Amino acid sequence: MSVPILEVVDLHAAYGRIEVLRGVDLTVPRGAVVALLGPNGAGKSTLLKVISGQMEQTSGDIHLSGVHVSGAKPDDLARVGLTTVPEGRSVFPNLTVEENLLLMSYAGVSADKVYDTAYSYFPRLYERAFQLAGTLSGGEQQMLAMARALSSDPALLLLDELSMGLAPLIVDELYDTVVQIADSGVSILVVEQFARTALEVADYAAVMTGGRIVATGEPDEINEIMADVILGGAA
Amino acid sequence: MPLLRVDDVVVQFGGVTAVNHANFQVEEGTVTGLIGPNGAGKTTCFNVITGLQAPTAGRVFLDGKDITRMPVHRRARHGMGRTFQRLEAFGSLTVEDNVRVALDVHNGFRGLLRDVDGSADLEIAALLDRVGILEYAEERADSVPTGTARLLEVARALACDPRLLLLDEPSSGLDEAETKAFGSLLLELAAEGRTILMVEHDMDLVLRVCHGIHVLDFGSIIAEGTPAEIRTNPVVQKAYLGYSDDSSAADLDETIAAPVSEEVAL
Amino acid sequence: MSEFISYTIIGIFTGAAYAIAASGLVLTYSTTRVFNIAHGAVGMVFAFVYWDFSVRQGFPVWISLILVLFVAAPLFGVFVQRVLARGLGSAPVSVSLVVTVGLLVGLIGVATQIWPPEARTLPQFFHGHLIRVGSVVITWQELITVTLSIVVAMSLYVLLTMTRIGTAMRASVDNPELLQLYGGRPQVVAALAWAVGSSLAALAGILLAPVVGLQYYDLTLLVISAYAAAMLGRLTSLPMTYVGAMALGIGQSYVVGYLQNIPFSDKVPGLPAVIPTVFLFAILVLLPQAPLRIGQVKGMVSAPVPSLGKAARWGTLLVVLVLFISVGMPDSKLLLVGTAATYAIVMLSLVLLTGYGGYVSLAQFTFAGVGAVAYSKVDQPNLFGLLVAVLIAAAVGAVVAIPVLRLTGLYLALATLAFAQLMDKLVFQASFAFKFDNPLHAERLSIFGVKVDGTGSYAVVMTVFFVLIAMVVLAVRRGRLGRILIAVRDSPAAAGTLGIDMRWLRVGLFAASAGIAGLAGALFAGLRGTIVAFDFQFFASLLLLLMAVVWGVTSVTGAAIGGIFLMYLPVAQSDNPSIAGLLFLLLGVGAVILARDPNGLANKLFQIPGWIQDSVYPAIVRRFPAMAMNKESGYDDPASLEEVDADAVAAR
Repeated sequence: MSVPILEVVDLHAAYGRIEVLRGVDLTVPRGAVVALLGPNGAGKSTLLKVISGQMEQTSGDIHLSGVHVSGAKPDDLARVGLTTVPEGRSVFPNLTVEENLLLMSYAGVSADKVYDTAYSYFPRLYERAFQLAGTLSGGEQQMLAMARALSSDPALLLLDELSMGLAPLIVDELYDTVVQIADSGVSILVVEQFARTALEVADYAAVMTGGRIVATGEPDEINEIMADVILGGAA
Repeated sequence: MPLLRVDDVVVQFGGVTAVNHANFQVEEGTVTGLIGPNGAGKTTCFNVITGLQAPTAGRVFLDGKDITRMPVHRRARHGMGRTFQRLEAFGSLTVEDNVRVALDVHNGFRGLLRDVDGSADLEIAALLDRVGILEYAEERADSVPTGTARLLEVARALACDPRLLLLDEPSSGLDEAETKAFGSLLLELAAEGRTILMVEHDMDLVLRVCHGIHVLDFGSIIAEGTPAEIRTNPVVQKAYLGYSDDSSAADLDETIAAPVSEEVAL
Repeated sequence: MSEFISYTIIGIFTGAAYAIAASGLVLTYSTTRVFNIAHGAVGMVFAFVYWDFSVRQGFPVWISLILVLFVAAPLFGVFVQRVLARGLGSAPVSVSLVVTVGLLVGLIGVATQIWPPEARTLPQFFHGHLIRVGSVVITWQELITVTLSIVVAMSLYVLLTMTRIGTAMRASVDNPELLQLYGGRPQVVAALAWAVGSSLAALAGILLAPVVGLQYYDLTLLVISAYAAAMLGRLTSLPMTYVGAMALGIGQSYVVGYLQNIPFSDKVPGLPAVIPTVFLFAILVLLPQAPLRIGQVKGMVSAPVPSLGKAARWGTLLVVLVLFISVGMPDSKLLLVGTAATYAIVMLSLVLLTGYGGYVSLAQFTFAGVGAVAYSKVDQPNLFGLLVAVLIAAAVGAVVAIPVLRLTGLYLALATLAFAQLMDKLVFQASFAFKFDNPLHAERLSIFGVKVDGTGSYAVVMTVFFVLIAMVVLAVRRGRLGRILIAVRDSPAAAGTLGIDMRWLRVGLFAASAGIAGLAGALFAGLRGTIVAFDFQFFASLLLLLMAVVWGVTSVTGAAIGGIFLMYLPVAQSDNPSIAGLLFLLLGVGAVILARDPNGLANKLFQIPGWIQDSVYPAIVRRFPAMAMNKESGYDDPASLEEVDADAVAAR
């Protein structure tokens, strides 16, 4: 078996005195889509922050393609092919669409290529190239964010709550793009509250609560236990 | 008349709409849950209600009085208290001094006498005991565990004797037993006639103690009802889990239209 | 009519220079969230550097310009970003203010060290050549300045909108973390912002120096005009900053020009200099309410608060000590003891305001000056006169704080600096105060009919006042008000939701602090017998703040030690004039290093007993077991004694 693209070993992290990750073990095989599910406050976003270098762990290791990367800075990771689309507004609202795309070229792809990729996938962005990103609809903003995932040619893509605050129809559209990216061979770790949507595109799934991975398995197995985990065991 | 009414509130940050024509009300003496997925606008709603965030449009009424433009501290004097999702304890004070500050502010000049006769100390001890953190009284607030700090925020808010208490994710950081005790405390407080509005992700707790639940998604209320109704509501399941199966439109309408008076009948 | 046109031209010239300075300030602030109070001082230093290159060393003008604007100033900007300003954007605003004030004082130190005071002139560009358009005469200096301001505006526009790094600068205003996820480097962006900002400060300094003179302080205070202009764009909008700068420059020119025609205008000679301040306050009043900050400040490690009994014992000891050393001391030395007590009392006002409240004031000596003038003018050298002086200073403090009631701490601090300059240039010079730098006279204090005549006894009385006020400050800290102050500092949002009205608390705190400073000023007036405006200049307030931060702004001990050192600073400078500037630099560097720890060196002193107990004593015992003390003689903690014994055993 080849070396996994991402391997997280016994990861602990804390906000000040609040321990949020309590020993997380997670593996993303090369070329696979892994869905990371779980209720709010489970530590999913924190895990992505640590993997992407935005936050430092208190202990534990992270390996990217077998290389130990703990302590690397997010901009360095971004330049070597780790693309992170964080939750919420992951575009610059006071820059135009085109300016947002220009900044995406920091990941190492020429600006022209970024424009080409973005506009061919999302013609709507082309129409709004000179509009401020903050004035786009939520779905269009998320398309813009996804344009970075598409154009930066990542080795590993981290997607955090792609669907947050979006209408289900748009979420479906965005996940079509995720499937396209996955088909091109990119490994993806996707954090999602819309468990079912994420499970449809995932090869494997992991469930997180209380700062630990409590279950892993095929999407179908996980699907069955999700309602209990999120809406409460009393159901 | 409801104690709190949020009337068509809109909050926009730049181009992003965090709260989108939210409408709901909270009846006096109940525990009400405000739930919804991440980013649904729950904390922003709390900030609007307590005056930390001015709404772009809409109004907030407390006991029938329009408080939309009232400054934060005056809302507190009108009986509103809250806790925070990201802890806001006074870190360089001890746990008991956190509560003492609240008590001092609440009692004003009258409180000077109580300091002298020592009844303030008793009251602080009673409050800390009530939320179950008396043993931490003399520790600095920035050195206690998360759960303790959350409970401290509750005790601190209670020191101001609030009619309406807003709790933002109070159970995160509490273990199972603590959460259970906390649930009982909430019911006690409601029985005393206090009104509680709570943002909470622990659905067990919400389903156990809430008389009524409002579900917020994309900044709007998408459903409201009793715990039993909410749990089986397809709209809610969809908001939380992204169900893509087709729930009948009739079901949706019924749930959304569920009258508020029903949900408070326990 | 031609009069009007020529005033307008002068105004446009001034406005253009302000615009250049202000745009640099805004660029740095909006990109890195660090407000550089030393912006004017940077301009000042590089005006001197330019003078050195072009006049002293005789380099051609254009080479000097290139060396300063494109080499020295940008490198300095990068140095500041890398060494001083790193991580400052997310620190409390009081920290970034102290660091940049440290930079300001350090730069003035550098300038006085390298270019000691002497008459220097920087010639205007193409001096002597004039351009005539009809009846209007324009100098080349004016034309070049206006042209350059347009060039700067256009270059900034191109940089910010047409380049990737410029786009990244605008992006990092909103969200530096996201920029990092994009692969951009916020540190590089910040370094560029500081480099450009520093270069623009240098340009403004070079353009204005021939007009306002090559002076340390006047050029440094250019920052007030710059941020007054920038305030119109809320410190972030460049176009509005240009509008503000032009409005300010032209307005100032009209006031200067037309004022000579108005009767009595000679009574207010400082008025033109304070137009920026007036402009600033006008805009502050119009700015909208700032929301309460949500997001807790990590609980600060505060210096231990002694019990009142302990404080009283130490206070008595201090008074006895002063009594003891004042016997047989010459009057000149006794005056210094009294001065140290004055400064220590002013520092107590900062302990209350900054140490407990978290607000920064850059005008404490101005409040002391208000107290001194009031004491002298009321001419009641007794406790009543003292009380009046305190109340007037407190009222003035409240007046400064009220316009910024609704705004954040940064604006409050900026307002105090502008206020200090207003008092220096206008009020203290007015006929009811010092009347053009004339000395004022004051009698020594009488307490209940007993006049404290001797300088030695007066110094002792001042020490008693210091001890009493220190006790009051400590009592406040221990009491309910102190808890409320700490609560508001730790979490404004939570304090608000408990019902604390922060706006009036802040005004009250500011008034109390100004009142204490006023008391110090009044006592100082009595000590000296004659006072001059120079005693209360804005710059002294900056030194005070830095000295307070170095020794610890959270403890009265820090205030006592800081007061002594602040007294000693000018003494040391006049004893060793060759290193006068270095001492400022040292103080600035000390403040920059210690700014992130508000407890300062005094807190390190408090840790010495614990250190002796935990480290030194066990080490001694290990080596000389016979030295081990028994419990009664010092150790009251049997557990640690056992540990010590165990250590001692283990060592063998």
